Amino acid sequence: MPPARVPATCVAPAQPAEPDTLRTQAPARDRVLAGLRAGLPYGAASLLLGLSFGVLARPLMGPAATIVMSTIVFAGSAQFAALAVLSAGGGAAAAIIAGMLLNLRFVPMGIAIAPSLRAGPLGRALRGQAIVDASWALANRGGGRFDIEFLLGSTLAQYPAWVGGTVVGALAGGLIGNPRALGLDAIFPAFFLGLLVAELRRAEARPVAVMGGAIALVLMPLTPAGVPIIVAAAAVFVTAGFRR
Amino acid sequence: MTAVWITVSGLCVATAVIKGFGPVVFGGRDLPGLLARAIPLLAPALLAALVVTETFGGTGRALVLDARVGGLIVAGFGIWRRWPLVVVVLLAAAATALLRAIG
Repeated sequence: MPPARVPATCVAPAQPAEPDTLRTQAPARDRVLAGLRAGLPYGAASLLLGLSFGVLARPLMGPAATIVMSTIVFAGSAQFAALAVLSAGGGAAAAIIAGMLLNLRFVPMGIAIAPSLRAGPLGRALRGQAIVDASWALANRGGGRFDIEFLLGSTLAQYPAWVGGTVVGALAGGLIGNPRALGLDAIFPAFFLGLLVAELRRAEARPVAVMGGAIALVLMPLTPAGVPIIVAAAAVFVTAGFRR
Repeated sequence: MTAVWITVSGLCVATAVIKGFGPVVFGGRDLPGLLARAIPLLAPALLAALVVTETFGGTGRALVLDARVGGLIVAGFGIWRRWPLVVVVLLAAAATALLRAIG
């Protein structure tokens, strides 16, 4: 669908540092900075979400494991899902599976950014770690192209906020009180709604959004958390298979 | 205590593999036709599903109608008025907290 892209084989694949002359865009550093700026509001939201994760996780996991989890897992909804399983008395395997189900959406998101990555396999795997919902959506340039430097910058604005918020929540949770009473659990939906509305400016996005939302609503009472999101993503591939 | 650390390390590895899969397997070349057609439509479907699950999600398999809906409506208004995201998110939380306090 993207109009006549120059084949990727024209670019030396193992030279990520080499300037990509095929894309006539601003220099890499400027795009990282632009991503950083665009990511700041999402970083502020991540700070509050990290705070509530820290407060909620500490009584069960202890402050050390709570902080380490945000530092090395860095996936908000998956961490909340795993915490919910542990809180309900579930074992580690069930908690990991719950978290993985919520993270599985990063597989199609990773496939989406793959053609835009100009590095060796290890470099690509490392850049893939920067995928989070907001950065991925903000770095989407349409037609299947993603601005990877912009994505990295945006995540750079959110990672310290998520970890820092968790640290404060885990260490000073007693001063904050119950995150639910503060309405902090309404931040996730508001956060995603902001990203969704930006997508809906494209007319072709609207029926797909309705489909995704409807699938989630129908499946939520029937399937474990995370499954409705993956089925919504899978439905996109199925409908794309039927078109043309 | 051990279950917690197994969860943390297991989810760390799983997340790294999940995030690295697409970039490693499909990296640096154009996607096959079906994937290329689907990818531009992926964001709206995923984000709509996330809005729904984060608004109506409960513990386990459940649809829950609670004060978050009020927060989401406030957020929708703020986004429509093009208020900054930080303001939108804080107002959504405040509205939800208020509804819980009086409900």
